[in-house]
Amino acid sequence: MSTAFTSETVWVIVTVVAVVSLAFRLSFFLLFERREEIPPWAERVLRYVAPAVLAALVVPKVLYVGGSVSLVNPRLAAGLVAAVVAWRTENLAITVAVGMVVFWGSRAVL
Amino acid sequence: MSVRRAFAAGARDLVPALLSLFPIAVILAITAVDVGLSPLQALWMSVGIYTGLAQAAMLSLVDARASAVVIVVAGVLINLRLLLYSASIAPYLDRLSLAERVPFAYLNIDTVYALSIATFEADGTDEKAAYYLGAGVASWVVWQAGTLVGLFFGDVVPSGLDLQFAIPLLFIALLVPVLKDRPSVGAGVAAGGVAVLAAGLPFNLGLIVGTTVGIAAGVTGERWWSA
Repeated sequence: MSTAFTSETVWVIVTVVAVVSLAFRLSFFLLFERREEIPPWAERVLRYVAPAVLAALVVPKVLYVGGSVSLVNPRLAAGLVAAVVAWRTENLAITVAVGMVVFWGSRAVL
Repeated sequence: MSVRRAFAAGARDLVPALLSLFPIAVILAITAVDVGLSPLQALWMSVGIYTGLAQAAMLSLVDARASAVVIVVAGVLINLRLLLYSASIAPYLDRLSLAERVPFAYLNIDTVYALSIATFEADGTDEKAAYYLGAGVASWVVWQAGTLVGLFFGDVVPSGLDLQFAIPLLFIALLVPVLKDRPSVGAGVAAGGVAVLAAGLPFNLGLIVGTTVGIAAGVTGERWWSA
């Protein structure tokens, strides 16, 4: 399978994000003597990036099957089980493993 | 505590997280190639971007034929938290020289940050830089090793397994602990809901719109619920 992009484009995409990420990582390390902190409004916004972006990524992925919303689908089943497992175990590897098993299992059944 | 001991302690304290990092890196590498990246591009993603979440989201979007701009914006948005980590941890490492700061900053990922900040704030080590470096180097080595394993052995995995679904599962695993207060839940619900409604937008803008609405919902909710 190939991407929708030329190879050069892929390199550019990855490099841009890599450079920006390094800039973010370095940001406060480059403020020498000044112990500046992030302004409270920025900190507030950053706090909600994680739940927002993760939810925006996940929810469509588990609800959509081939272009339309489907409430009975293996991804949703696996996703719901994974959510419970994540809540209980707080362990990344176990959550993903259990979720994949439920995914494969419900694919056979549904 | 000597510098070497602190370095070892940093690496050792991270072992539980390392056990999760390795398989995730393997799966991401396999997915990257599945989605159409060359092994070298996958490796560059792993070394250059070096955060599982951004890598996973970007690969997911490449697979969905999203536009280049959306993929870059998504990667940047997701890695914004690195700014927060930098602000939080840099003060503890202020005795580093300028040259040292670059590799130290580069090594920062979620698990390294979480462990280091917790240890620093609990005064768990006298040699903060060494401890952080131990955790950072251990994570980096494990992550790249996982990527290489995925690149070398990815062919062996049968494609019917649809291993790519591990990525949304990873997102779920990361999302649940973050939904720890009402504004965060509000942010998640809003973002998820809008992303579904906006899923028909071109260029996968639904992700950006959903995320933005979610963040706004979180910030608003925070003021609302604490008023």
